[in-house]
Amino acid sequence: MIRLLHIEFIKLWNNRASKILIISYFTLLTSIALFAAIKFDIGPIQFHLADQGIFNFPYIWHFNTFITAFFKLFLAIVIVSMMSNEYSNKTIKQNLIDGLSKKEFILSKFLTVISFSLISTLFVFVVSLILGLAYSDYNEISIILTDLEFLVAFFVKLTGFFSFCLFLGVLVKRSAFALGFLILWQVFEGIVRGIIRWKLFDGETTDVIMGFFPLQAMFNLIKEPFSRLGAVQSVVNQIGEELRLDYAIHWYEILIVLVWTAIFIYGSYAILKKRDL
Amino acid sequence: MDHILTVQNLTKKFGYITAVKDLSFTIEKGNVYGILGPNGSGKSTTLGIVLNVVNKTSGQFSWFNGQASTHEALKKVGAIIERPNFYPYMTALQNLKLVCKIKDVEEDKIEEKLELVGLLDRKDSKFRTFSLGMKQRLAIASALLNDPEILILDEPTNGLDPQGIHQIREIIKTIAAKGTTILLASHLLDEVEKVCTHVVILRKGEKLYSGRVDSLKASFGFFELKTSDMDSLHSFLKENEHFGEIKIENGLLTAFLNTELDPQKLNKLLFENGIVVSHLVKRKESLEEQFLELTKNAKA
Repeated sequence: MIRLLHIEFIKLWNNRASKILIISYFTLLTSIALFAAIKFDIGPIQFHLADQGIFNFPYIWHFNTFITAFFKLFLAIVIVSMMSNEYSNKTIKQNLIDGLSKKEFILSKFLTVISFSLISTLFVFVVSLILGLAYSDYNEISIILTDLEFLVAFFVKLTGFFSFCLFLGVLVKRSAFALGFLILWQVFEGIVRGIIRWKLFDGETTDVIMGFFPLQAMFNLIKEPFSRLGAVQSVVNQIGEELRLDYAIHWYEILIVLVWTAIFIYGSYAILKKRDL
Repeated sequence: MDHILTVQNLTKKFGYITAVKDLSFTIEKGNVYGILGPNGSGKSTTLGIVLNVVNKTSGQFSWFNGQASTHEALKKVGAIIERPNFYPYMTALQNLKLVCKIKDVEEDKIEEKLELVGLLDRKDSKFRTFSLGMKQRLAIASALLNDPEILILDEPTNGLDPQGIHQIREIIKTIAAKGTTILLASHLLDEVEKVCTHVVILRKGEKLYSGRVDSLKASFGFFELKTSDMDSLHSFLKENEHFGEIKIENGLLTAFLNTELDPQKLNKLLFENGIVVSHLVKRKESLEEQFLELTKNAKA
């Protein structure tokens, strides 16, 4: 396993484009700390984002995992191109001739995906912990440790998404087309949602059905955190409304994404096995 | 006997085209094999199948008497198929280190192999800056990293200039001299003739011949003769038991031998019978002529 990871590491780290993207991705993850610096001071109106409670435990786990998940697109490019480059350079053929089995080949890619997700999760954990300790109003251990399942969801979400990218890289063989396909798929899910909502079911059923589509399932894992903010809640209360949204992470949501991950990885393997290179 | 590779009834179909048809042969340790055949005769497909990159339609093959799975066996094989494939953004040295990792061997052989192919001074240049000849030589170095039991080369001199071809041939000869089994696919017959001890000849995916190169060329050769009186020469040779087929082309008579015959003896014999020749040459068919003969027969 270490050997396979090492092989992938050599391939990635010696590629300048991948290296730059990986470094900028982790820099961006860290840069979420910069949110703390947002501070308006215009005469009577004083606004300091850090004081709005976004860095309060346990809310910070939710907020940071939601925001940082958007940066995953950087790594998506790296993963798609690490797969499709093997095709365009024909090095996949050489790797197999040199004695890597097809299973090992996919496994080495999947291990890379897992490592990327794991390191990202660790990064977000450490950055959030530091930010929280610095700005949170509550610092009791029991509160800090609440809602850590958002990190689990974050990990599963990234793994699922990167596996999807990997699969597209194998399927399409060209990085630009694979990324285009990813966007197309997002549009496709949107259209399907529209059609189901319009012709077939009410809003609630549509949401349930859409929850089974890969990208929507990944998005569902971590719901938007903004309406949970104290400021937003109090505004809503003033208008006399009450917002009751379900923010929790459900086991079946995790399961759906894990099943998709398995399908993508096995699918990549099946395609590779069937193809003549 | 040590069988390095055994292929049995191998068949590969691409849609309705049969690229390899019911092919069987064995590769034994220590010999230099050539796979011969015109373009599109299934050479590369056959090699692709045994190297795990093309899926077979039916039949079997086994490496090293079937003791190891294909991808384990491939770690003991060195192979180059068609174009050399490396990571263009990595240097020669980095690429070879990666191959070492894949093959699970130590990195201490890298310098030695780069030296062998004459690329040691370019080891820190990126692969994409290499000329085709250098790429091909790097591929050979990479294939040798594990000191393979068998080296498989598919058209190693394709697209190279005469100097490059010469360099590659020298390298192959050096490797063969060390006792490494070599399997060389080529459509260049003189290349195979110069290097190989055994050949497998393919045409349209079918095996036409497999065996030693010398037994393919086992005929006794032929005489080319010229004289002023061709008719009497022709009738004399027709009566002689040494000769089989006789043909006259452009005033040159070619007589094929059925048994061994010394040119001096023939000259003497002809002179005694009142025929004075102006031209007498004894020749053996080249592999090329044999090959063309074989593939032509198969067509009929």
